[in-house]
This record gives sequence, C-alpha cells and structure tokens, in this order.
Amino acid sequence: MNIPKILGYRRESGKVGIRNYTIILPLDDLSNAACEAVANNIKGTMALPHPYGRLQFGEDLELFFRTLIGTGTNPNVAAVVVIGIEPEWTNRVVEGIAQSGKPVKGFSIERDGDINTIAKASRQAMEYVQWSSEIQKTECSMDELYVSTKCGESDTTSGLASNPTVGNVFDKLNEMGATTCFGETSEIMGAELVCKERAATPEVGEAFMRTFNAYNDVILQNKTDDLSGSQPTKGNIRGGLTTIEEKAFGNLQKIGKKSSYVGVLKPAEAPTGPGMWFMDTSSAAAEAVTLWAASGAVVHLFPTGQGNIIGNPILPVIKLSANPLTCRTMSEHIDLDVSPILKGELTLDEAGDQLIDMIIRTCNGRLTAAEALGHREFVLTKLYISA
Amino acid sequence: MIQFLVHEKTDTVGVATEDIKAGQVAKGLFMDTQDPIEIKTLRDIPLGHKIALKDFAVDDIVIKYGHDIGKVVADIKAGDHVHTHNLKTKRW
Repeated sequence: MNIPKILGYRRESGKVGIRNYTIILPLDDLSNAACEAVANNIKGTMALPHPYGRLQFGEDLELFFRTLIGTGTNPNVAAVVVIGIEPEWTNRVVEGIAQSGKPVKGFSIERDGDINTIAKASRQAMEYVQWSSEIQKTECSMDELYVSTKCGESDTTSGLASNPTVGNVFDKLNEMGATTCFGETSEIMGAELVCKERAATPEVGEAFMRTFNAYNDVILQNKTDDLSGSQPTKGNIRGGLTTIEEKAFGNLQKIGKKSSYVGVLKPAEAPTGPGMWFMDTSSAAAEAVTLWAASGAVVHLFPTGQGNIIGNPILPVIKLSANPLTCRTMSEHIDLDVSPILKGELTLDEAGDQLIDMIIRTCNGRLTAAEALGHREFVLTKLYISA
Repeated sequence: MIQFLVHEKTDTVGVATEDIKAGQVAKGLFMDTQDPIEIKTLRDIPLGHKIALKDFAVDDIVIKYGHDIGKVVADIKAGDHVHTHNLKTKRW
C-alpha cells in the first residue's frame, strides 16, 4: 500500500515527533512558580504547571513518575528543564527522561531559593531552546506515528459519524503499520465482552477483562445509586440512546472494524511496538489525553458531538464533529466537519481520507484549533489521597 | 437527501438524521454498503432516535452497529420508534 509521507522530527530514540517543544517541567506544585518564571524569561519555552508531586506513595506515585517522565520523553518534546523542591525526586525524573537520549537537566530549589534557581534554569532553558530551534523537520513515513483517540461531549452524531470516521482512520493507520491506542475504560461498560473479543490473543483479552473488572469494582464500591439511573445519562436518552450497550458500541466505533489490539497498557505506559493498544484511562478528556501524551502519542484524534474544547500542551488534538450545529456555532474549535455524512453526501471512507489528510497537514505544521486557541490542559491522574 | 442511516447491513434499526414525521416514506442509507432503503414510519422519529426496520416480538433482540444492544419489552412494528418504552438493556 501507499503510505503517505509526513514531516517530522526524528528524536535521539529514533521515534518521530511533529512538534518541537522545550518544556519547563515542575516536579511538584511548589515548583510551578519557578517554572513559569523561566518560561516567561526564555521565549519559545513552555511551563507545564500541575498540582501534585508531594507525599504521594505506592501505585499512585509510580503513575506520577511515569506521567512526568513520559511527558518529557514524548517525541514532540526536544529538550526538558526539570525544577523540583528537592534533588532526589527531581533527579529521578531527569534520569528517566535522559534514557530517551534527549537533552534534560534538573534544578532543585532547597538550599538555593527560587531566584537563583530561576536564573540557572533560565540559562539552561535558553541554551536548549536555541539548540532546538535549529533542528529541521525531515521526511518521515505516516506509519512512524503513534496516534491516540478518545471522544468527548458525545451525542448521537458521534456514534453515527464522527466516531466511525476515526474507526476508518484507525483501520487505515493499523494497516500501514502505525501505532494506535484507545482507552476510556468506563465507557466500554456494556460492550466489554465484544471488546475482549477484539484482542489479538486470549491472553490480551484476559488482561483487558482484568483492567475492566478492576474499574468496575471501584464503581461498585463508590456508587451512590443504581447505575441504571445514570447510564445512559438523561441527556443521552433525550438524544435517542436507549441502552448502555448501544452507548458503548457507539464509543467503540473509534477502533474500526479490522484490527485487533495487541496489548493492554497501564495509564501513561508506552506501547512497546506498532499495532493497536488499549490503555486503562479515565474518560475525563484532559486526564486521558495527558496520559496518552505521557505514553508517547504525537497526534490525538478527538471526535465530539456537542463540542468538547480540550487541548494538551505537547500533544496536538485534532477535533472532528458531525453535529452541524456544533460545527456552525463552535467552528473555531472544530478542525474537520464530517456532518455531510448525516445527509448521505459523504461516505465514511471519504471522511476517513479527509481525516488522514488533516493528520498530514497537522504533522506538516498546521496548528490545530486547540493549539491556536491556547488549550494546554495538563491534568495528572491521581489514584488516591496523598500521605 | 436521506432521513436516516443504518450502520450495518445486519442492523435491525436505523437512526434518524433529521426529525421524521409519522406516515412518511422515509429514505435511508446503509453506511457499510451504501445501499438505499425505504420504510413507512408509524410514529414521529426525532433526530438521533431509532426507527424499527422490521417487526419485533417481546424478548427479541435489537441489532445496531452489528451488535445486540438489548431486549424488546413491548411489541414493535416496522416503522415504529424504538426507545426506552420498548427496548431495555439486558444488564439491569
């Protein structure tokens, strides 16, 4: 088959990115101010403030480190400055990112204070951003991309047209040999047995069911009323969805019809090879997309019905909608209008080709709607309370 | 111009892409094969809601996206509105 060419940044690890960020990454909530000061001093760099990183423990702490290290490792990032309150955890993040081979340096505030730290980190950030500004994009192949998907503010147009459009593109990307990923563990409720059957091997299917059942246990422990009253939601029912199975199959349209998933990933875990993967994620848009960015995804496909406006600091989010009202009233948020599918004027295959073309344009430099509007939602997933 | 879409050839319901009035002969399209289909509507079908493509008896299953989406709890005629009054999840 003919695999399209794209322009990308080939990183030290061999992986291909489509953006070239120098990021200033805080280890913890206390270091946000210093990171923002550095990003303000040195133009072309970007701080990623977040509220966590203190007194976390166990699996929650592991996820925290995986997310920060993964964010720095993402091929859309050229170089990283890490600032933390103390050196030990700061170094853990620095050493994790350094394994990708990219330039990274850490600074800690204790014994030095904000002002000296900001001065030192700013000099390093300046060196990195001037270095990275000279890196040229080179011709790469579309199968070298890692593409993730989740939907948001879904309505009946999502299940009808925008989700199946992503499914058509996932089929095409998987056939090329690209890396793709879906998740939203909670939204699969109702279609979990069909999802299990889509696994490449029985072992992978069992791994999916373990993840799904672990989620279900949390819901059963914490639920405040019978879920039959909340799924599908009142809004879903008003829109025409009747059963949770129907809602779940509408969501699952995004994974296409042809491919099996080759593995199950923990939140923010990087795929180890090409093919389609399932990642255990929340269905909250900003949290889930942050996890995919940390797992190394370089393009995200986001179908929306009513108009979710999410973006991410390092992962371009391409939005598509088939809801004509959303495409008209929120046009600045929508990269691709696939509403002609509803009129029978556009086939899913044609819509898929349009979305492939939008991915290529995004790789080659077009800013997504979310990028142009400055949507940089960086939201870490927290599993439980801190110590 | 069509008024409803059917995801797959094996589906037993379609989805209205505009508000459809009762008594109309509505035009539809199968999304996988691009084959046309027509059905006389028995009730109003609001945008986004489902229209029955065949008769169903209680305990039959309804197929959408090529999958079982629930069980029939009240008889349905071809052209009827399919929703919470005649279709329920098997889950709870």
